[in-house]
Amino acid sequence: MLDAVGRACRDPRGRAGGLILVALAAAAVIGPFFLPDPVVQPCVLECRNLGPSLAHPFGTDDLSRDVLSRVANGGRISLAVAVLGVGLSLSLGAMVGLVAGYWGGPVDAALMRVVDAALATPRLFLLLLVLAVLEQVPVGMLILMIGATGWFGASRLVRGEVLRLREESYVRAAEALGASRRRVIFRHLLPNTAGPLLVAATLGVGDVILLEAGLSFLGLGVPLPKPSWGGMILDAKPVLFVAPWAGIFPGLAIIITVLSANLFGDALRDAVDPRGA
Amino acid sequence: MTRVLDVEQLRISFPDGGRGRVHPVDGVSFSLERGETLALVGESGCGKSLTSLALLRLVPPPGRIEEGSSIRLGDTDVLALEGDALRRIRGRRIGMIFQDPMTSLNPVFTVGAQIAEGVRAHFDVSRSEAKQRALKLLEEVGIPDPASRLDAYPHQLSGGMRQRVMIAIALSAEPEILIADEPTTALDVTVQAQILEVLDRLRDSHGMAVLLITHDLGIVAGRADRVAVMYAGQIVEEAPTARLFAQPSHPYTQGLFASVPRISGPVTRLSPIGGSVPPPGAWPSGCRFRPRCPKAFDKSETMPPLLPVGPDHRMRCWLADRPE
Repeated sequence: MLDAVGRACRDPRGRAGGLILVALAAAAVIGPFFLPDPVVQPCVLECRNLGPSLAHPFGTDDLSRDVLSRVANGGRISLAVAVLGVGLSLSLGAMVGLVAGYWGGPVDAALMRVVDAALATPRLFLLLLVLAVLEQVPVGMLILMIGATGWFGASRLVRGEVLRLREESYVRAAEALGASRRRVIFRHLLPNTAGPLLVAATLGVGDVILLEAGLSFLGLGVPLPKPSWGGMILDAKPVLFVAPWAGIFPGLAIIITVLSANLFGDALRDAVDPRGA
Repeated sequence: MTRVLDVEQLRISFPDGGRGRVHPVDGVSFSLERGETLALVGESGCGKSLTSLALLRLVPPPGRIEEGSSIRLGDTDVLALEGDALRRIRGRRIGMIFQDPMTSLNPVFTVGAQIAEGVRAHFDVSRSEAKQRALKLLEEVGIPDPASRLDAYPHQLSGGMRQRVMIAIALSAEPEILIADEPTTALDVTVQAQILEVLDRLRDSHGMAVLLITHDLGIVAGRADRVAVMYAGQIVEEAPTARLFAQPSHPYTQGLFASVPRISGPVTRLSPIGGSVPPPGAWPSGCRFRPRCPKAFDKSETMPPLLPVGPDHRMRCWLADRPE
């Protein structure tokens, strides 16, 4: 497992993607301690829509807030939503996939029909519908909803792996040795699905960042005074021609994060399964 | 001699695509004594591996063991066990070694952890104690520098080493019976001999009974005490090894011997048995070897029982009644 991560890091794509991701995450976590409070307006009228300068490297927005500081703080939220949302959906997916794959028969058939139906529903519209009804939801709720609508693909992936692994002789050997069902599932099946799961996680982070940015841009994601990349672009829309930096920098942050997550994910996939390249 | 295993009339069935059920293992009976090696010999598809899985109740679904079968381990009726009681049989009373050492070890754990797992599944011992036992087991199966091998992952070991690790795992719970399902088929010839020696040595030192499943008559000679030859889900001939090699009596067994090259004696063409084992749904009526048998005669159209041909020597052929 760590092996595969190591191999992915030797791949130039993986190294570039991984380094950028780590740098972005570090900036998002540490940055806000050194940057001005993203809510505080240094001055009210004279500081609106200032272009990039030494004092404000990314400029200021329509409400006189420092854009760099907001991008860093928004990164905290966007990355947290992505990582927790993906973590939640993969855990759910792994659980359902293990159950379906191990028990098989009617259990498997029932679960997989549910997944088929869910996969036929567009995720963005499902979320839009729920969020439009609930109006503003806290960030924790947003993570829950992203997690709850994202596990279908992962459950199929894990089920497929389990069906394959169940035929491996080491699983039969463990049973022949008197291993309990729980032990077979969590010690022999789950760890061996870790490779494909890790790939799905990395690629999923990019997807969820885009999803959250889209929702926030529509005003339905992260509730407003809190900075998020999508929400910042929404804020910048009315002043796009006066202060383009207020929209360009969060936009760049989204592109770079998603791109590096995908680069790293691709490299990781090749490292986990060299044949599938 | 104490009898450790008694299998009577074992029948295993699988559904046959809506047309009822077929019986790839059909009325197999044999027994094992303590310290004895019984070889179960036959071509692929004859039901020998399925028979061994049934002893652990690991027949893969939708297969099932039919009513009327009996598997007794000493005083324990294996077919009556469920849940935890069944788990305590697996590994602890019957250990099993599988054919392919390349895929029989979990790639994500060290071999030490996998041996210790077997120990801890059946004995209430601490982690460090389990590790100590794992080390001792690696020594016993003849792995050089066992202390450093404990932390090796399966992919770092050769096929022969992995099969030794498999044996160590099978021995971890100190079973009374060891099933070795084609233990050397996937290995080089030189390594085969080493692995078989390890098995022999352990059988003698632990007083285990060994059920050796193989299609290779060469590894049976001089190793097994008795041989049972299987064909199409049934035992067709059973005899002490020396007697079977001196006087193979069932036409199928004779065919098997004729298809193996001999080192001594005149050089002759090998004569393979014509045709192949029919699948379980397509077994002929009467003697199942009849369509491929050079000696089939009118009586072959009814199924023969196991008939005596000599001391401890029986075969499923009407020729037993009609000495040539």
